[in-house]
Amino acid sequence: MKKNYSKRTFLLEIFAIMLGLIFLVPFYFVFINSVKGFSEILIDAAALPKEVLFSNYAKVWEVISFQDAFLNSLIITVLSIAGIVVISSMAAWKMVRTPGKLSKFLFIFFVSAMVIPFQTVMIPLMKLGGMLGIMNSIPGIVIMYFGFGVSLSLFLYHGFVKTIPQEIEESARVDGCSQFGVFWRIVFPLLKPITVTVIILNTLWIWNDYLLPLLVLQDAELRTIPLATSSFFAQYTKQWDMGLAALVLGIAPVIVFFLFLQKHIIKGIAAGSIK
Amino acid sequence: MEKQAKRKVKLNKILSYGAFVGPALLFFILVQIIPFFMGVYYSFTSWNGVSSAVEWVGLENYITVFTDDAKFFNSFLFTTKFMLAAVLISNVIGFGLALILNAALKTKNILRTVFFIPNVIGGLLLGFIWQFIFVKGFASIGNMTDIGFFKLPWLGDETTAFWGIVIVFAWQISGYMMVIYIAALQGVDTSLLEAAKMDGATNWDVLTKIMIPLILPAFTICFFLTISMAFKIFDLNLSLTGGGPFNSTESVAINIYQEAFMNNRYGLGTAKSILFFIVVALFTTFQVMFTKKREVEA
Repeated sequence: MKKNYSKRTFLLEIFAIMLGLIFLVPFYFVFINSVKGFSEILIDAAALPKEVLFSNYAKVWEVISFQDAFLNSLIITVLSIAGIVVISSMAAWKMVRTPGKLSKFLFIFFVSAMVIPFQTVMIPLMKLGGMLGIMNSIPGIVIMYFGFGVSLSLFLYHGFVKTIPQEIEESARVDGCSQFGVFWRIVFPLLKPITVTVIILNTLWIWNDYLLPLLVLQDAELRTIPLATSSFFAQYTKQWDMGLAALVLGIAPVIVFFLFLQKHIIKGIAAGSIK
Repeated sequence: MEKQAKRKVKLNKILSYGAFVGPALLFFILVQIIPFFMGVYYSFTSWNGVSSAVEWVGLENYITVFTDDAKFFNSFLFTTKFMLAAVLISNVIGFGLALILNAALKTKNILRTVFFIPNVIGGLLLGFIWQFIFVKGFASIGNMTDIGFFKLPWLGDETTAFWGIVIVFAWQISGYMMVIYIAALQGVDTSLLEAAKMDGATNWDVLTKIMIPLILPAFTICFFLTISMAFKIFDLNLSLTGGGPFNSTESVAINIYQEAFMNNRYGLGTAKSILFFIVVALFTTFQVMFTKKREVEA
């Protein structure tokens, strides 16, 4: 059914490529200026560097203690997502498999919270966090991500579980498999496509989140990448030579993550948006 | 005997329901529901976040917000205007890109990746990146090409700063919308489009009378997502303009943050945050109902 590659398609292709290049211009600016000296940036930000300097990177790596920030971001993201996947897949499966008023109510309860803006709960949450003694700690912020991540993730799992036939689960039950056995050995592997989506959506959100870490993590050693970047810019305003190197370091991990998994990510985003 | 056995089965069912649903429910209630109701309570108090004495002041905070807080009113106005412009522009670009990439282009997979990339960068870093582009990058392009657009005082002037944030938001979000629109377009039965063309429909007719009505669910989702993202804008304009010039780009989210954590007026901050919740909830619910009504069964 493929149509011939007409002249019109060719022109459209040229147009699309040009648009794509325009989309990439910001990356060009950030990258080429991150290897220039300060005065060279001021003279002409669009020109290619006369000589490529990596000293900006070395300096800023120390100043923002990049490896610590990277590790903190990684630990928080991985732990939060592991928890979100476990609790929301289990809950969604049980709720679908136990139809009734309670499950229906709980589903609406979980999902309707999606319209609550974060700003509405953040102020009392800080008070509650203080009362529970979970402020300024990585486990504390991870718990909070569990609570915020569960609405959307449960919604996605809920929709997907409905499409899984029940027969296999029943026969496993008859063979004497426990509930947890049925879930982890049979159901959870079947949920893989939607688990990928849940992981991707939550990674992009948690890795890039700024406000919750800003409120919860006060110690400099606990800083995530966005926090380290913002405190760098607060301290060194307009130091663009180091600043741009900091930005390249900051965006590199998530861009690498994306480029490696782009097929899954784009598919996952589409799946996550259209039920 | 049988009764006891039945009771045991029932107890087991409750326990297993609790074991599976309980953890999700626990964290959800702890992190979202309890703070939400605490917020409702605190919005009627003079809480300053530090002292343990929390005094009930009735509607005072709400009255203050409505009668004596021009800054909050301005941030609401900015947020609403920004939301309208940002939603419109990012959906037009996103849908346009989807239409282009839905054609049989050889580079469509690479281009999809290219248009999507800005999405993976967080708002805070994005704001700093674009601060540099507007201040230094645009100036350089302006000197090179002599195009007036690049020589505008971006970020220095209220109007251009507003549009600057819209541009950055659209650059970030359009690719995301594009992905959703492409997924929807691929679900459209091409034989339907071919039949219409055979009957003499123009491309424009096919687009507006067949394609768009068929993929309205995608519009519902994209509008919902962009409206709520634009309403809650915080880190992007915080790092891009810092709310300036002259507070003209201070969003509601920034205003609430500052009221509570900078001015230490937690009671007033929570009152604003409750109002913010009501507006966001009403707006998104209304929009979903409005577009849902127009969806057709394919």
